[in-house]
Amino acid sequence: MGPSDLDELYDARILDHSRAPRHAERVDAPDAEASAVNPFCGDEAHVQLALDGGRITRIGIQSVGCSINRSSASMLSEAVSGRSRGEAGEVEGRFRRLMGGEALSAEESDSLGDLVALDAVRAFPVRIKCALLAWTALEEALEDAGGP
Amino acid sequence: MSAITMNSIDTERIRQDFPVLHRTVYGKPLVYLDNAATSHKPRSVIQALVDYYEGYNSNVHRGVHALSMEATDRFEEARAKVARFINAESPDEIIWTRNATEAINLVAHSWPRGNVGPGDEIVVTEMEHHSNLVPWQKVAADTGARLRYLPIGDDGTLDLSDVGSIINERTRLLSVVHSSNSLGAINPVKDLAARARAVGATVMVDGAQSVPHMPVDVRDIDCDFLALSGHKMLGPTGIGALYARRAVLEGMEPFLRGGEMVLAVTMEDATWNELPMKFEAGTPNIADAIGLGAAIDYLESIGMERVRQHEVELTSYALERFRELEEVDVFGPRDLSARGGVVSFHCSDLHPHDLGTFLDRQGIAVRTGHHCTMPVMTRLGVPATVRASFYVYNTEDEIDHLVDSLKEALRYFGHGP
Repeated sequence: MGPSDLDELYDARILDHSRAPRHAERVDAPDAEASAVNPFCGDEAHVQLALDGGRITRIGIQSVGCSINRSSASMLSEAVSGRSRGEAGEVEGRFRRLMGGEALSAEESDSLGDLVALDAVRAFPVRIKCALLAWTALEEALEDAGGP
Repeated sequence: MSAITMNSIDTERIRQDFPVLHRTVYGKPLVYLDNAATSHKPRSVIQALVDYYEGYNSNVHRGVHALSMEATDRFEEARAKVARFINAESPDEIIWTRNATEAINLVAHSWPRGNVGPGDEIVVTEMEHHSNLVPWQKVAADTGARLRYLPIGDDGTLDLSDVGSIINERTRLLSVVHSSNSLGAINPVKDLAARARAVGATVMVDGAQSVPHMPVDVRDIDCDFLALSGHKMLGPTGIGALYARRAVLEGMEPFLRGGEMVLAVTMEDATWNELPMKFEAGTPNIADAIGLGAAIDYLESIGMERVRQHEVELTSYALERFRELEEVDVFGPRDLSARGGVVSFHCSDLHPHDLGTFLDRQGIAVRTGHHCTMPVMTRLGVPATVRASFYVYNTEDEIDHLVDSLKEALRYFGHGP
């Protein structure tokens, strides 16, 4: 048993994604790829994208580090899989706004799927960077692919 | 409570001297176990800063007025306290810096010229803090010297099996951490210094984690340089010092150039002031130097042997209690005579940051991360560790709280019964 904000931080969805990360397999010969590292804690995120006509047909994402980083990476992979580069960029923008403390519309929240569980991270400001690491890698991979 | 209750110092009374220890965190009493990062300050240190600013704030070494002379006296008294504390021959061998990192960088900047060249070797250890590694990487790159290191053995101490070939006639400098901030290992600096001197090398000791916690005697170690940090030894942030043997200092170029460090200046040229001013350009950190002097007074009132003994007892108690945590791997030497008050650990697939956040919500401050020793993490095969580090005001009750909270965390994250 822990205090309630801890329970929200370690919500069942977050623990589930961190223990069984989705799309964790590397995509061979990707059309775009990027990595992000947090030098302060050593956490890593590696993203590969297979693209078809500007659409993400396959995503591979491997994260190393804390449960917030790992769950955010896993949820990211579900949220952008099958989307166009532009749509993926929009999802990223929404998630960054969520982490920045902005209120999202119901429609915007729905588009984030399980990622809304990470709203609880805002009560732990030093951990927000953990939630954003994979997104930095995604952003670079999208740029590598020719921009959103 | 444990069987070991023979506290050699009166922590209850000491705790009264530290205002911050009486605050709460998330409604819980603060348990501060992050002393290797920075220590708290007793009221006497805080008061010394207030006294300076309220009573005799003034610039040093250049005024003929009363306040300036008073400030100069107190500032130089503090230098003499540092010198006495580490048994330097003279206060002139103490150079004020911002911190231990700056002290090491001063040496890396000013000492190599004329002393290190292509084919020469600089020796460090695998357990250096980045501050005693990165500057030497640059010196090696700039001079064509080779950087070598003494590796970490499986028991968390230095592996000295190849020391005879690593420290050799090509070695120009040995720079070694006295007490490791991430493993807790206390290194045999005196023996290593003797080996280095035998081949004609210069010796630097990183004392950031040793000087606050045990008696350190630069003449007994027989080192040429020692770096120390004020804020890790009950003093203010922003003040540290470099000890340097006078003969070595005299042969070195200045570090920073400007006012205070010069004797005479023309439009074309300048000559250097005497030691230690030659290495102290600009207005120094007067208040914090005086504050560090007050911190040394406080530590001496306890006695460094007793400070060390208290930490040995706490560490012994912690290691004993950690045996109850089967899922947790504790790093560092088992031999308490070779270990400082640092317990660095890792728990299977539970990331240190998740543990750190959980402990934080119980009011427990620990460090999580690589502790500025990435090569040590690589050697241990972990991305990061959780580190609890002790000081004069910590108690066995606090260690109980840490271990009980860790058990709770393991249950919380689904690892325990």
